[in-house]
Amino acid sequence: MLWPKLARSLLHRSHATAPAPHPDTVAALAERMRAAGQTRLGRSLRILVVESGGCGACALEVRALAGAAYDMERYGLHFVTTPRQADILLVTGPATRNMTEALQRAWAAMPEPKWVVAVGDCAGGTGPFQGSYAVEDGGVNAVLPLDLVVPGCPPAPTLVLEGLLALLEAQASLG
Amino acid sequence: MNAATRLILAAPLVAPGRHLLEASAWAALPAALRQEPELDLLALWAEPGMIHVAFLAHDDRHELGRGRLLLASTPVPAGRYPALSPARPMAAWFERTIADLWGLLAEGGTDGRPWLDHGRWPLARPLSARPVAQGGEPPQPVFLPVEGAMDAEDVFQYPLGPVLPGGNPAHLRAHLRGGTVLRLEARLGYGHKGLFALMHGKSPRAAARLVARLAGDATVAHAWAFALAAEAATNTPAPPRAALLRAVMAEAERIGNHLLDWGETCAAAGFGWAQARSLVLRERLLHANELAFGQRLLLDRVVPGGVSIDIAASGAEAMLEALVVIEEELPAFQSVHETHAGLQDRICAAAVTPAAAVALLAAGGVAGRSAGRRFDTRQGAPYAPYPSLGFSVPGHATGDADARLRLRLQEIVESLGLIRAALARLEPGPTLVSLPVQAGEGTGMVESHRGEALHWLTLDEAGLIRACFARDASWPLWPLLEAAMQGQAVADLPLCRASLNPSSHGVDL
Ligand code: SF4
Repeated sequence: MLWPKLARSLLHRSHATAPAPHPDTVAALAERMRAAGQTRLGRSLRILVVESGGCGACALEVRALAGAAYDMERYGLHFVTTPRQADILLVTGPATRNMTEALQRAWAAMPEPKWVVAVGDCAGGTGPFQGSYAVEDGGVNAVLPLDLVVPGCPPAPTLVLEGLLALLEAQASLG
Repeated sequence: MNAATRLILAAPLVAPGRHLLEASAWAALPAALRQEPELDLLALWAEPGMIHVAFLAHDDRHELGRGRLLLASTPVPAGRYPALSPARPMAAWFERTIADLWGLLAEGGTDGRPWLDHGRWPLARPLSARPVAQGGEPPQPVFLPVEGAMDAEDVFQYPLGPVLPGGNPAHLRAHLRGGTVLRLEARLGYGHKGLFALMHGKSPRAAARLVARLAGDATVAHAWAFALAAEAATNTPAPPRAALLRAVMAEAERIGNHLLDWGETCAAAGFGWAQARSLVLRERLLHANELAFGQRLLLDRVVPGGVSIDIAASGAEAMLEALVVIEEELPAFQSVHETHAGLQDRICAAAVTPAAAVALLAAGGVAGRSAGRRFDTRQGAPYAPYPSLGFSVPGHATGDADARLRLRLQEIVESLGLIRAALARLEPGPTLVSLPVQAGEGTGMVESHRGEALHWLTLDEAGLIRACFARDASWPLWPLLEAAMQGQAVADLPLCRASLNPSSHGVDL
């Protein structure tokens, strides 16, 4: 029977080492949370990934976090598929005009407290499609209140993970 | 017999491989196409005042594995041209795109609804000679009714998206009776980023950065096809070492995507642990990509004139090690696939793509080769270095999720061999040449993991892009997804999507 063998090989794989978020990032996020009077999000973060155009590479790297190599669940990070369960709206892509309404609706449907994380240069407003008639000027920030940008085109999964851990640490520091 | 091919070949050549048809010849094209069902329509696009179509002609009707690109154009001075969609259903999606981007209308077309333009851009017809400002409330999308069920009380509409689990923004509208899909319709364009407008006026080298970001999971394939087009336009082939390195990257991309799709399909069938294992292997491969070429997903590595980075000194070793790890695991994957009754129950005779639809839409890649359309660009319309590398192109006929899953594993094996062969043949030499600044026109076609990626461009005297088009292999996959879901349980939609995995990025442009 094959299952136990496969399960073992999964379990025995050593995890990639956890990235350490930069203290400045954590401090800045904590300040932002304090200023917003945010209550704590809890020890886990539920993340809704929305691709607003772009090339999809950022989203691929974000989704890679769910694999055993990064195992984001061990930090309390989970992907969800509906905004009603989400704490974080993680946006990739340049905020195409055709997705603006969908982004706003997803945001509106999320319960407070909630955060917006832009992953990739596109979402951060500095990507290769800036200036096109089809995308919002300035990326996700033009549509939603942006809290954190993970730069890169695309950023490696470890960098995305670092950003999300910074959010967790920032709120822990408010504890 | 070959009525459409003869019609096109009789018209004068205006560029290598492209014939200029008079209005009367174009008007005769739909009837001729009906007489020549084996002529595949790959793409239809435009530039101001001109319409272009790309066909894949199979010289030997019984040997559909081989093909030859055939391009035709006709001037459209009055903004209207005879539609091809009555003869080739695939053309309808392109005709809608052309109306939205270039403002040229297909007369007698089967579908006049907007496609990419949702009424949210500041401009309408952005690629036409005279874009017009637009504003106001975006119109509500209109979905096709189900025949005979217009007012049926037991038929209801089930909307999904544009935020779909698993990504790729798309809206799927299902008409259901009970749990059965009467009609599934995909509405795309959410990710439209205005790619071509950004490419116009740029050099091929500068535009390559944009092309690499048409569809991130097929970045090597698209960058390669675009590079071939630019190299053809300037009569400057890439050096042999670059061609081999391109093949190494393209096959790594294929393996990575097949692993991803294999896992997604298993997960959709309820076998998440199989996906967990395939993701580990994929990570191993992406890590090797990074060691060898400095980037996990290989963006910006293939550029016009060659490759932007040579393989690292220890790169070949890193790649070969990753290949061994993958190879060792494949028998386990295969035996899971073949012997696990639960998995077999879910994937056999499920998500079936009707063979007629596959042929009519000219679906390529795994979707085509699992359902009787044998074409693989690497073999059927080969480009360097594939003619010098040995590999086989496996195929199946059943067109179900099982056949696609099987084929993905078989193709991984071939790609492993191709990478090894390409690495073994690497000789020291240049990896990049600069393209001369000159006017020209060229096409390039490359086999992506989803099928044929086709690029076309024309350069002006300053060597800058005057017009261009990119055809992702996903174009036929969306209508194929619709066809595969017809009459099926709506609960099968996730499996069907995972198994075909059409990209919205590639077609949203
Ligand atoms: S930032 Fe770069 S990698 Fe990410 S979606 Fe945009 S183009 Fe793709």
